[in-house]
Amino acid sequence: MSAAVLRLARAGRYVVLGNPLTFGAFLMLAGLVTLALFGHWIAPYDPLATAVGPRLAPPSATHWFGTDNLGRDILSRVIVATRLDLLIAISAVTLSFAAGSAAGASAGFYGGWTERIVTRIVDTIMAFPLFVLAMGIMAAVGTSVVNIVLTVALINFPSYARIARAEVNVRRNAGYVEAARLAGNTPGRILAVHIYPNCLPTLIVQASMNMGWAILSAAGLSFIGLGVRPPTAEWGIMVSDGSAFMMSGEWWVSTFPGIALMLAVLSFNLMGDGLRDLIDPRRRS
Amino acid sequence: MPAPSILSVRDLSKRFPVRGTRSMVHAVDRVGFSLRAGESVGLVGESGCGKSTLVRLVTRLLDPTSGEIRFEGQEIGAIPSAHFAYRPERAKIQMVFQDPTDSLNPRFTAFDTVADPIRHLAGVSERRLLQGRVAEVADLVRLPGELLGRYPHQLSGGQQQRVGIARAIAVSPRLLILDEPTSALDVSVQAVILHLLAELRRRLGMSYLFVSHDLNVVRLITEQVLVMYAGRIVEVGPTAEVFSRPNHPYTRALLSAIPTFDPNAKRERIRLPGEPQSPVDPSPTVCRFFGRCPDGFDRCAREMPALRHLGGDRHVACHLIEGDRAEEVHGE
Amino acid sequence: MRGAGPLLSVEDLSLEFRARDGTVRVLDGVGFTVGWGETVGLVGESGSGKSITALAIMGVLPPTARVTAGRVIFKGTDLLAADERTLRRHRGSEISMTFQQARAALNPIRPVGWQIEDVIRHHTDLQPAAARSRTLDLLAGVQIPDPGRVYGAFPFELSGGMCQRVMIAMAVACSPSLLIADEPATGLDVCTQAAVLELIGDLARRSDMATLLISHDLGLLGERADRVVVMHAGHVVETAPTAALLAAPRHPYTAKLIASSPRPSVGLSDLVTIPGTIPDFRAQLPPCRFRFRCDRAAPECDQPPLPRVVVGPDHVVACRRPL
Repeated sequence: MSAAVLRLARAGRYVVLGNPLTFGAFLMLAGLVTLALFGHWIAPYDPLATAVGPRLAPPSATHWFGTDNLGRDILSRVIVATRLDLLIAISAVTLSFAAGSAAGASAGFYGGWTERIVTRIVDTIMAFPLFVLAMGIMAAVGTSVVNIVLTVALINFPSYARIARAEVNVRRNAGYVEAARLAGNTPGRILAVHIYPNCLPTLIVQASMNMGWAILSAAGLSFIGLGVRPPTAEWGIMVSDGSAFMMSGEWWVSTFPGIALMLAVLSFNLMGDGLRDLIDPRRRS
Repeated sequence: MPAPSILSVRDLSKRFPVRGTRSMVHAVDRVGFSLRAGESVGLVGESGCGKSTLVRLVTRLLDPTSGEIRFEGQEIGAIPSAHFAYRPERAKIQMVFQDPTDSLNPRFTAFDTVADPIRHLAGVSERRLLQGRVAEVADLVRLPGELLGRYPHQLSGGQQQRVGIARAIAVSPRLLILDEPTSALDVSVQAVILHLLAELRRRLGMSYLFVSHDLNVVRLITEQVLVMYAGRIVEVGPTAEVFSRPNHPYTRALLSAIPTFDPNAKRERIRLPGEPQSPVDPSPTVCRFFGRCPDGFDRCAREMPALRHLGGDRHVACHLIEGDRAEEVHGE
Repeated sequence: MRGAGPLLSVEDLSLEFRARDGTVRVLDGVGFTVGWGETVGLVGESGSGKSITALAIMGVLPPTARVTAGRVIFKGTDLLAADERTLRRHRGSEISMTFQQARAALNPIRPVGWQIEDVIRHHTDLQPAAARSRTLDLLAGVQIPDPGRVYGAFPFELSGGMCQRVMIAMAVACSPSLLIADEPATGLDVCTQAAVLELIGDLARRSDMATLLISHDLGLLGERADRVVVMHAGHVVETAPTAALLAAPRHPYTAKLIASSPRPSVGLSDLVTIPGTIPDFRAQLPPCRFRFRCDRAAPECDQPPLPRVVVGPDHVVACRRPL
């Protein structure tokens, strides 16, 4: 057990320090997580309080990111939104990872009806442009954070299912699987303990790449009004609120949440790249 | 009084359907042989002859299409391979694989790999007992204790193979199948592993079925040898005798091709033209070797030769050899 | 059309890899020659550097490899100093190479006949029809039955032996002066092994082609090579005519290698083992890399440099205390 933890720690250090880009991404992510955890204490103003400053005031010493049309401090709202957006993304990705990889792994291992059913489900979901599907579902079930998480999880389900199925298929006839059968393992155990852990690296890389997409999906849904409801502080809905004022020159209302969105997605993607580099040379050598 | 037979195979066949057609690949075709307790028997033949399939039938990883497999007198061929994991016989038949990079789980430490069968087949779950047993087995295969915490990619080829052997003997099997256990190793490491295998057989009283394409290795470690061609057994006998006085034309061709390390030995290599016959829907009346055989005649194309007893422990399936007692055994 | 001097001369070749935790000096002062029309066997276990030497000769080293010293003189040109254009002219037409796992070395999605034709079209001016006809001739020349059918077949449809023959056909398509065969017999059964090696020998004799046979199997080389070069841990430890090497090896490693090989005249108890493993190439190493596994080691073995002692006609040993 401790051997595995040590390996993870060493791997982690290699990923983070290996490459300046990955290191930068790691720092940004660390910053975002800090904001998510302690945002409510760091924020200078109450994110929901209106009229804490003049309306649509440009960035200044008292309001670093300016204020919006209801006089709310944008900096505080951006900071606090970090928690919500990260939470939605992490929950959605975790859910789709767990369900998708379990379904895909079973399909790849057992074949037969399990495989047929799972591939039909995946095909059905993938027949739609995924974001449009999400829009449709949210319109049908109503807007709430839980629904956003479930919807985003659903549209990401196919990618894990397909990867897991392919990875398990490749390993199904490996020597160590035969050896596991000779050692008296039941098929379920072979899948869960012997094969599945070997598929994790590819799945984890997929998950880290997915995080960026999950954040964008949640923000995108909120942007078009099918996500969180006002006055919740969330990056997507903030960009949407501010879009009306871009033309009249009050650029800061949309831009700062937009930049936060961009930095979050960028750092997840860069981390994903770094993880993928870790996986490829070590695994295949 | 000869030792009792530990493994006895009769008329064993395995056919695989060819996708999209009604044809069948005859991977193993009416094979019969037996192995006595404590004996080491070699199985030789070219790639594609059915050795791997035969081995997977015997270890019950595959179900036979027809025929009998008897282990210590009990019929085990009829038990579906999916249920075999629950039988007591599972612990008694184990296998050492050829390629340790494929047969060791890259995410398991050496300890995990060796402990796996002990957990499931010997029912040992208490941590200290498990560690003790693994340490004992590691000792038997001369694997230093400190290597037990390592992963396969941190071990050398020879060390990896020792882990594979430790896993196979951990639950004290009676019959050990070795599928080309040294083919993936350097020559000097091979020598060490061969010595280890010979010693383990003595100490633990196991029987070996040793599959190899390297006849020089088979000669060193086996007492009897089975020669397989195109899914059938074509010759059986004591290793030394078969190698010095082969009966079957294929055996003779095989032996003529072994490297001798003597540049002055100018032997005539028996050349086999072409490729083996296709294993898909082969004719049941034509000898499988007909066409490549340097000595075939008309009877070979009319009648499939049966494996006949030649006296002593020797058997051969060939029309060219007329036995003293043309007694049909193990099959048709 | 033979020139003066050897066809290929590898001189003092040293090569290293830059790894995360140090520099791995995989080759150190490797030197040997291949004469015109000669068959030289290059034998060694894993870590000996035999395959990387072949890649260095062909100029297809991985990007992380760095040649730190030495020359590879082929027909008077130093291949290590040559530019990519010169090397491309040589590859396939003057020097060819075949690889270990034949099926994996062929392009899986193109018919094998087209792959052979590629080589012909690249190095000659033959028109498609003439190139195709030459390809069919080559396939027949490597004893492939039914060349017409095999021409259009994909590698996965062919057996290991057939794939190896296809690779040989590709390699000899332009009548190279030197063929490097890297483990041509791995994965093949005994009869096919013998047939493939005989084929290489026949082709070599017919067109006065030199062959560098790389193998871990001394027995195989014993019957096919005129001379043998023995490598251990990045060093050449002994070179000699085959008969002399097998009958009376002078380097302790060679002797142990022969003694640990299963062969017809010995039993299991006669089989010798070599203690230890190859040293870690990242560490500081003694001049002789066999030193810690050798039972004849003495203080003088720690004295640099690694010696080159002539012990017989064309027989050189890198040892201060040869047998």
